[in-house]
Amino acid sequence: MKISYYPGCTLKSKARNFEDSALASLAALGFEVTELERWNCCGALFSLTTDDLLHQLAPVRVLIRAQQAGAGKVTTLCSQCYNTLARANRLMREDEEKRNTLNQFMTEEPDYHGQVEVVHFLQLLRDEIGWERIRAALKRPLTGLKVAPFYGCMLLRPKEVGIDSPVKPSILMDFIAALGATPTDFAAAEECCGAYQVLAAPEAGLKRTRRVVEAARASGVDALVLSCPLCEYNIGKQQQELAAPGGALPVFYFSQLLAVALGAAEESCRFDLNAAGARELLEERGLIAAAARK
Amino acid sequence: MSVFIPLGVLDDAVIRKIAEISGENAGRCMQCGTCSAVCPMVESMQPSVRQLMLLLQHGQSGAALEASTAWTCAACHTCLVRCPRGIDIPRVMEAIRQMVLRENLDRINPRGIPAETLAAVPPIALVAAFRKLTA
Repeated sequence: MKISYYPGCTLKSKARNFEDSALASLAALGFEVTELERWNCCGALFSLTTDDLLHQLAPVRVLIRAQQAGAGKVTTLCSQCYNTLARANRLMREDEEKRNTLNQFMTEEPDYHGQVEVVHFLQLLRDEIGWERIRAALKRPLTGLKVAPFYGCMLLRPKEVGIDSPVKPSILMDFIAALGATPTDFAAAEECCGAYQVLAAPEAGLKRTRRVVEAARASGVDALVLSCPLCEYNIGKQQQELAAPGGALPVFYFSQLLAVALGAAEESCRFDLNAAGARELLEERGLIAAAARK
Repeated sequence: MSVFIPLGVLDDAVIRKIAEISGENAGRCMQCGTCSAVCPMVESMQPSVRQLMLLLQHGQSGAALEASTAWTCAACHTCLVRCPRGIDIPRVMEAIRQMVLRENLDRINPRGIPAETLAAVPPIALVAAFRKLTA
């Protein structure tokens, strides 16, 4: 079955480290996805109003592009894109009145009925490739690295589109274990990073950063892995606003650790785009070569 | 905060308006407070989520729309997962925001965002904030 890949806006700009490492990992695993042509922004958030369908047009157009590409599935890396597309897809499958209205409105597009399946990249790893195949392909197991999952919101909630249990997920723990690292749960793994409030209520957002980082520190983890560029900003980059004792807690996109463990070319990881501490941790553990210092 | 129950028949116009926008019936809330207990932003909002639901039930639409609650909400959906009444509280919050935004009143000024912040944040932060907080 053909699988389309929907990158979304952030993966092509601030989160090149996410996209490049994920695609390099798939290549190392011998698994193929095809980037959608003519994709547009999904809208970043699923509209929660029922009396206005305007904001459903963008995600539904993306799904129509996947259908036109002959794909049975469309996969995303960004958690927000995943959530928005998956919920719009459910709307098109289950709400006949809204589906008809949207199809009639978009006269320039073929009708869409929710035929394409939206899957997050982690679901591809778990369900299409499988943890065993990943284990067998490891070139550099992350032995001894204590890694905690940070799910955030959009992978898990609401439960209708969650890729795992909304209250007790295990998919990232299983992923971390498959890389040979030590999966370490912590109290804030399913909490919110503060999301877009970093722009509107930055003080409230920083309280979230502090809470997540302190909970992770209390569990003695070496690093967090996550799958949302906004979480990466709020938990990774915003740590510089905290001046936390003990230096920065390294934060990685899950695909970066996958690429390292699979022995993919280090350029694909783009650690230069991570917040402080990420590259240094892997160098210190001998998992990547030390960068030439200027 | 204090909540008043006005004399006379309670005005449920705001509950009906929220149902029209969001499809959710805020009148079903039983005031258990689970939403406030699990809300990651609760310490930064005034009043809490539970108290906001009470304001709505008492027809106090002015206070509900002026409260910081819906504007501090990050739409994380934790309350939805935990609500024992199965109320989609994120949709109630969206309806409150929309009642203000549809009057063409922005809650964030894009031009007021510092240039260094604009250069640093991921595009999804901007798109999400403008979707939630501008008309």
